[in-house]
Amino acid sequence: MTAIAPGTVPKASPRGSAARARMLRGLLPALSLALVLIAIAWLNPRAISYFGFNLMLNLAIPIALATIAQMFVIAGNELDLSIGTFVGFVGCVTATWLRDAPLIGILVLIGSIGVYALLGALIHLRNLPSIVVTLGMSFVWQGLAILVLPKPGGKAPDWLLSIMSFKPPYVPFPILAALLIAAVVHFGLMRTSYGVILRGSGGNAAALRRAGWSLLKTKIVLFALTGLFGVLSGMALIGITTSADANIGNGYTLLSIAGVILGGGEFVGGRVSPIGAVLGALTLALAASPLLTFMHIPPDWQVAANGAILIIVLAARVLISRRER
Amino acid sequence: MKKLLVLSAFAAMLASGTALADTSGKKIAFSNNYAGNSWRQAMLDSYAIVTKKAVDDKIVAAADVFTTADKEVPTQAAQVQNLILQGYDAIVINAASPDALNGAIKQACDAGIVVVSFDGTVTEPCAYRVVVDFKDMGKQEVEQMAKFQPKGGNLLEIRGLAGTSIDDAIHAGILEGVAAHPEFKIVGSVTGDWDQTTAQKAVATILPSLPDVVGIVDQGGDGYGAAQAFAAAGKPRPTIIMGNRQDELKWWKEQKEKDGYKTWSASIAPGVSTLAFWVAQQVLDGRKDIPHDLLVPYLAFTQDDFEAALPKIKEGGVATHEYTQEDAIAAIKANIKQ
Repeated sequence: MTAIAPGTVPKASPRGSAARARMLRGLLPALSLALVLIAIAWLNPRAISYFGFNLMLNLAIPIALATIAQMFVIAGNELDLSIGTFVGFVGCVTATWLRDAPLIGILVLIGSIGVYALLGALIHLRNLPSIVVTLGMSFVWQGLAILVLPKPGGKAPDWLLSIMSFKPPYVPFPILAALLIAAVVHFGLMRTSYGVILRGSGGNAAALRRAGWSLLKTKIVLFALTGLFGVLSGMALIGITTSADANIGNGYTLLSIAGVILGGGEFVGGRVSPIGAVLGALTLALAASPLLTFMHIPPDWQVAANGAILIIVLAARVLISRRER
Repeated sequence: MKKLLVLSAFAAMLASGTALADTSGKKIAFSNNYAGNSWRQAMLDSYAIVTKKAVDDKIVAAADVFTTADKEVPTQAAQVQNLILQGYDAIVINAASPDALNGAIKQACDAGIVVVSFDGTVTEPCAYRVVVDFKDMGKQEVEQMAKFQPKGGNLLEIRGLAGTSIDDAIHAGILEGVAAHPEFKIVGSVTGDWDQTTAQKAVATILPSLPDVVGIVDQGGDGYGAAQAFAAAGKPRPTIIMGNRQDELKWWKEQKEKDGYKTWSASIAPGVSTLAFWVAQQVLDGRKDIPHDLLVPYLAFTQDDFEAALPKIKEGGVATHEYTQEDAIAAIKANIKQ
């Protein structure tokens, strides 16, 4: 026993601390969410209730879906700067065609997922930087959104409205939805063998290629998944707001990227966490709006305070990942 | 003695108005989606002045202002939901979108909160809308023009931001005015976007192709630019309707001092935010007869009173007016009559 100890301790210690740091990193999204919730509970106890969570978190569902969408491209070492305007475009289609002519609406939405898949193929085949391609696409989606809905208006389909205003017993709907999204994506991306391949295309593309996997296919699948979750995000958003506006999703691009990073993801290397991303999105949604409203900051400083909270939350994340190295 | 005390207390209650007793515990929030131009700044300043006094006088318990970081609809929808949770009794709102906030507005109404929108109004039926009568403003421009140019003649029209309800309403009013005054004829129309520089460029471009014009009907924020374009082209100065901007009124004063130039000025006062505040207070006070769509007058200046207003306007700003509780009661009364 004493003979083994000198040998194992030095070896186990670095591995142990790395594991600890990894665990800390995994816990950080949950930890920051808990901190924000505690702050809100302290500032406004009334908010911590079934009614309160429903109100505070229902707009976090579309953000969580957009964050998951962004996470898929980030898993493949790419970035999608068009997700915000894409969500806006989907919103405009949802509030017009999906209600008036459901068949055309569904076809358009499926078609837009197809466009995303083609973008993935284009980026892979021509070896283009995704930032440039998706920045260009963001103007395309914005333009299309204005074409579909030149003036704010339209109305969400009734079935969508009733889904989004669903009130389950005991657990508020937004929390249920967040759990469902996190569980489904976690299983798909972290627990299936093709999920490993998808993440591997961002982690070690060369090894995957040598093993005989098609990188073109993985890129197409990742982008199509982004499109799919972008569509879900846009539909969820319109289900809550009941009516659309061509500019409705513009803020989601940066929110989704921040959500992925806050949730423990990395820009490169296929290191992402679906559960973390959902938690990150919830934290951002809570920190940016309810926390700020409850703090009673003078109006002149509110805009700056919003930015400061985001920086503080993200800085905590960076500090912990540095310790890991 | 005791009787006297009671009587004097009663008199004091009467003097201080009907609202004092009923809304002193109520909290009113202001949800604002944008603060980045002079009009919005003036709107916030007026609101702060009036509500601070209302809180000090114990007419309401609190009147807090919340501005969102961007012009985004979801941010403001989330903000409204948070205000519901904060337990406010009323929300005064300048909305980012006429339709897309309806979900959040409905939630507020369902929670028993009074919602009063102005400037950027919302279409949700449960909310109140304080709307400035832009159509009448357009009509009045032509009426005034007829006073300054009794012989009639050609008019140039400067339109505002395309696709907005405000531009539509003012334009419709101007057309109505011209129909009532057949001596006038609109010979040209340009888009000025309520901006002096844009208006100046647009007017300069169309000027060479125009016959002589006697007057310009516009939407405010474009009169000074139009004047500059006429001066640069060396054309005779027409009667230009002004829009309460500081640079416009200053130019008017210079011209008046030079040769007695006459015109008229009108626009929506940023202080309409304070009118929305008082409407919210009146609803909280228990008044049930207030129509959900309130048409309120615009702010106009004539040859006689514009110079008195000019020193009060900030450089590059716009004239405003802080409304009182009495103004709000009068406005509500005028709307019930209709």
